[in-house]
This record gives sequence, structure tokens and C-alpha cells, in this order.
Amino acid sequence: MVLPTPLKHVETADHLNKIISENENVMVCCGRMGPMCIPVYGIMEELQEEYKHVDFRDMLFDSPEAHIIRNLPECSSFMGLPFTVYYKNGKVVAATSSIQNRDQITSILDKEFGK
Amino acid sequence: METVHYDSIIIGAGPAGLTAGVYLARAKAKTLILDSGVAGGQMILTHEIANYPGIESISGYALSNNMRNQAKKFGCDMLSGVSITQIDFESEIKSLSLSNGKSFSADTIILATGGRSRTLGVPGEANFKGRGISYCATCDGDFFQDKEIAVVGGGNTALEEAVSLTKYASKVTLIHQFDHFQGFKHAEDEARSNEKIHINLNSRIVSFNGEDKLTSITVENLLTHEQYDIGLDGVFIFIGYEANTDFLQGRCIHLNERQEIVTDNKLQTNVPGVFAAGDALAKRFRQITTAVSDGTIAALNAMEYINQKKQKEAAHQ
Repeated sequence: MVLPTPLKHVETADHLNKIISENENVMVCCGRMGPMCIPVYGIMEELQEEYKHVDFRDMLFDSPEAHIIRNLPECSSFMGLPFTVYYKNGKVVAATSSIQNRDQITSILDKEFGK
Repeated sequence: METVHYDSIIIGAGPAGLTAGVYLARAKAKTLILDSGVAGGQMILTHEIANYPGIESISGYALSNNMRNQAKKFGCDMLSGVSITQIDFESEIKSLSLSNGKSFSADTIILATGGRSRTLGVPGEANFKGRGISYCATCDGDFFQDKEIAVVGGGNTALEEAVSLTKYASKVTLIHQFDHFQGFKHAEDEARSNEKIHINLNSRIVSFNGEDKLTSITVENLLTHEQYDIGLDGVFIFIGYEANTDFLQGRCIHLNERQEIVTDNKLQTNVPGVFAAGDALAKRFRQITTAVSDGTIAALNAMEYINQKKQKEAAHQ
């Protein structure tokens, strides 16, 4: 089960572990096709050209495999979709809850992954 | 840096802006569409659209992509995720600059900047977004199973979403600043008859409180000015929309008291060559179909303006 977006997807927990072990910088937006999530997918789609050193992915929040995002300690206080998690060298370096605008996303990307 | 000239620059890539782009580009006008977010505007946020003539049912996401692809196919240039830092719309040749350093000029401008959900602007609101504060019941309602929440607002959306959230929450406190609701009677009746809903009229939230996540709100009774805390896990805010016209305030474009753009029946603003369309207009009804209509009218009048300008220039040569 994957989201119908043009982004690359995370399909399973094992898949995510593989992605973060093979890529230095990874951003995963875990959500649904709802009003708070879709704008974030759109921004990620547009940032892919500019941030070629970042692997942009989405994941279906309702997939049982999304426990790997839902149960992160960094997401324990989150009560709004999407859960967006930034990994550097396999470790979580930032996480946000609910809709974010382009400036909020790029400020995290620039801070954690560089331009 | 070089300034690139267009026949028309459209600010906003919602249904009004994209429709204007389709009409202008089909008429062979060199057209640029700018947007601070992603193409689709508020339309992209709509789960299902069932009242767009000719299409029985479509997601806002799909209709947005169709409109964007159509505008691009006809030749519109598009830049998304940009912010405008400087404008000059009063001169005959309009110009604007973006935060990325790019500059553009045009014979006409179409303002299709749309609207956004209104926020309360109360201390703590930004900090607790996604950690207790939400603006979307269908997105986040299930995080509040058997929890106590509040809904802020008094229109149809607030009333309907308060009822909808009782599927999850154990108690919903409906908070509204006036002594009556603005929604339809049937929506109010349904909310009032729901035993999980408690109504606090003449009230407003003055602060959101908590550490990692929202744990309480401070509410003021607007009649007695008494303040009290309500312990809860979530607050859903539905207090309407406002026009995206911040960058026009204090400029030459005439806005009304609600900061909406005022136009004539050609959808031209008080500044010749500057037109407006969609939800940022001062008007009563805001639908995708009305935005599409506005975009068409604004584009056709902008095209007429461009042609008249070119004819005048040719006559002077």
C-alpha cells in the first residue's frame, strides 16, 4: 500500500531501514491524501531538483508498517498529520507534525543537510 | 540580473490563476504564473469535489494537477514556492522581484492569490500546531479517541466538525465569541442536541498551555471578563478564511476593510492593467466554479487590455 503521489515511497519498515542505511540524508513524510499532507508532498516534489543530496520519500500513515515512524520517540507528542521525519546517517535529526510550508521545510533541510 | 518581460503575470496558481493562465496562453499571450506554495491553492486541500460541472467526482489533488498540466501544455511558465519581495504595479510596465533574486515585468497583472484558514493569533497557537491544535477534523480527529477537545468557531464548518468529532472525542467544548451561531439552523440544532457537545458562547481562548503538547486552554468570558482554564488534549479551529493580500496592504491596490481586493465588473482593480480573480476578491460566494469564472473574465479583459496597448503602441510608431 503506497500513497498516490509522484514521490518515491517507503513501503515497509525494512525498506525504510535500508533507505536510511544507504542514504546520508533522507526526508520521509508519513501521512494520508488529506489537506494537511498533500501540500507537503507537493513541496517535496518541487524540492527534489534543488536538493539532489536528499532522498525524499513518502509513506502511508495507515499502513501497519508505518509503526516505524508512528512509534518514534521524536513523534510521541504528535497529534497531527503528516509526521515528517528527517534522517541523517540513519539517525533522526528533526521531526515535525502537521502541515509545514516551504520555508519551514527548507530551513530544516538547510540546517540538517546543508544546501 | 536580467528582467524577463511577459504579457501577463498571474500571482496565484489556484483554480482562478490556472484558468486565467489557460485562457491567456491559448490566446498566445506570454504568461507567467507565480505561487508561494504549490499549484492548486485551496482546491488541492479538498478531499472530494462533486459539484464541478462535467465531472461527477474528483479529488482536489487530481483536479489541481489536471489544471496545472493544462496551463503548462498551453505554454504558461510556472514558478512555485516563490515569495515576492518588491512590486511596482502603478507604472505602465508592471514589475516585481522575487526572494530568489529573479525580476519580471509585464503589461498586465492578475492577482489570484486566494485565501487561507484564519488563525486565532493567540499565544501558544504556533507551538502546539500538530501537538494538540488542528485545523482539519478529518485529518487529525482519530488522534483524539476518548479525549476531551474544544472546537473554536460559530459557522457551519465549526458546527458540523464539532458533531463529526464526537465520533472520537469523549467531550467537545464549542467555543464562540458571539452570543449566537452564524451557521445554518439545522447545523446548530444538531450540535445543540448532541450530548457530548458543551457550548461556551461569548467566549474566546486567550492562551494555549502545555509543554511538549497541549494540556489546557485559558478562556475568557467576554461578558464578565472572567478567565478560567479548561484541561483538554486538543483544539480544532474553524474560524473562516482570509484573503492572501498581505503583500498588497499599504500599496496602490484598493482593498476593502476585510483586506479583500476591490474590482470593477471587468475584474480590473483601481490600477489600470491590474486585474484580480478568485477568493481574494471582495465577493460573496467562493467556490471552485466561481474562481474559474473569475479567472476567465480577468484573463479575457487582460487580453483586451494587452491588445489595445499594442495597437496604441503600433499607431505611435
